[in-house]
Amino acid sequence: MRQYLLSVYQPDGDPPPPEILDPIMAELGKLNEEMKAAGAWVFAVGLHPASTATVLRDQVMTDGPFAEGKEHLGGFTLINAPDLDAALDWGSRMSAILRPPLAIEVRPVV
Amino acid sequence: MPAEAIDRAGRRDTAAIERIFRAEYGRAVAVLTRHFGDLDIAEEAVQEAFVVAVRRWPEQGIPPSPAGWIIMTARNRAIDRLRRESARPGMEAAASESPVIAGGASGSDGPDLGPDVSDVTEWGDDMLRLIFTCCHPALAPAARVALTLRLLGGLSTGEIARAFLTTEATMGQRISRAKGKIRDAGIPYRVPRDADLPVRLGGVLAVLYLIFNEGYAASGGDNLMRPELTAEAIRLARTLVQLMPDEPEARGLLALMLLIEARRPARTTPAGDPVLLSDQDRSLWDRAMIGEGQSLLRACLRRNRPGPYQIQAAINAVHADASRADATDWRQILILYDHLAALTPTPIVALHRAVALAEVHGPAPALEIVDALTGLDQHHVRQVVRADLLRRSGRPAEAADAYDLAADQAGNDPEQRFLRARADALRGTGESPDRDRPPGRT
Repeated sequence: MRQYLLSVYQPDGDPPPPEILDPIMAELGKLNEEMKAAGAWVFAVGLHPASTATVLRDQVMTDGPFAEGKEHLGGFTLINAPDLDAALDWGSRMSAILRPPLAIEVRPVV
Repeated sequence: MPAEAIDRAGRRDTAAIERIFRAEYGRAVAVLTRHFGDLDIAEEAVQEAFVVAVRRWPEQGIPPSPAGWIIMTARNRAIDRLRRESARPGMEAAASESPVIAGGASGSDGPDLGPDVSDVTEWGDDMLRLIFTCCHPALAPAARVALTLRLLGGLSTGEIARAFLTTEATMGQRISRAKGKIRDAGIPYRVPRDADLPVRLGGVLAVLYLIFNEGYAASGGDNLMRPELTAEAIRLARTLVQLMPDEPEARGLLALMLLIEARRPARTTPAGDPVLLSDQDRSLWDRAMIGEGQSLLRACLRRNRPGPYQIQAAINAVHADASRADATDWRQILILYDHLAALTPTPIVALHRAVALAEVHGPAPALEIVDALTGLDQHHVRQVVRADLLRRSGRPAEAADAYDLAADQAGNDPEQRFLRARADALRGTGESPDRDRPPGRT
């Protein structure tokens, strides 16, 4: 079994209002439960906004985030999957829930 | 036997080995990839086996089943290599667990062992696996094309680089990056499940059509066409039809390729300049190829699951039916384009539909459509179509400008020369060329 990191990238700025966000979070919760039942779920985290990040390099500290841009890593889920197609299936299930549409990067773990 | 005769026989063998290489390379790589689970090991072993064949076959004769011999020899070579390379214990273990190898492979070159590898069904499944792996949507389109030509077509990195006008280093990097992604990201070596098959097959067909189109209308360089690419695309499409006989769009794509390729002898002057469809000497068209294309098309249309490739094939079949350009059934072609535009509403389809529309209803409504198209600003065919419609509307100066713009945007040299000449003709005489023909297609 391989492992894949599903990283969700979201635009900077305020999150959607609760009437939009809450149903999305509920759907994501259901998907997580389904992943757990299938033995795919390893762990998942959501992150505070990129404006809260701090970058360290060569003993120098800067106010983050690391990469400039309008979208940043907002959270990730680590899953077990037999191959990329299976990982992409979970990723597209997640993608179908996220509104507005967000980019999900599916990347194999070494 | 006199030395000369031996030499002749040797050359004949070399040509035969070359043919076998083209025909069997992909199949051998496909079988070996399943055995060893690694594209690089499979490819290197198959290449080594052909090196052995080139050395041995001229002396010993070509074996009764050359493909079987190549696969056996490649398999033995790969096993030898895995045994030697203790640095790759994982692969060694995988190899010795392989059911095929458990039969007791010796380390020799010869086809001296093992179960029957002449099982075509088995090979067919392996070929399909390799096709779907090479055309996986997680790979960039350019990488899908390169991998398909390399792993299934047996083209060298240098040949692929030349076909796509890039350096061998760049192409080599593209191929090894794609192989690295297949390996490290775990792109599976299998035929997609039924639910995913329509979309995934569409991706495979798109790769084959891309290869064909690059051969049919080179996007750059000094030649209008690259017949080795169209031939390879047709060969791969034939394989796919054989492996997936129930997929009408695969058959439709093969029909489309054959109907277009049949016109190749008439598409250029002896000097290599393009000849428009309406001006072509139709007696030069390859009737056998047209016949095969038409019968394939009839076979897939009977299934009543029309798709974009079948409709495009049908359009080309209407052209093939016309003994003279002015006998073309443009009304039928326009109906087919209406269907195609409904299925695939892209600007390119709208552009070609406008050409048919002009033949049926005159240039004015067609020009309106072409001028309103968005997203084709860099596409020279749009300007070619515009130029012709302007000319036929009695606006030669604007037509000449459009031809010049088209020449600026055209990729290959013969086409650029051709378009400049048309612009010059319109300016030089102030009259339109007397030939009245549909533009933009050769």
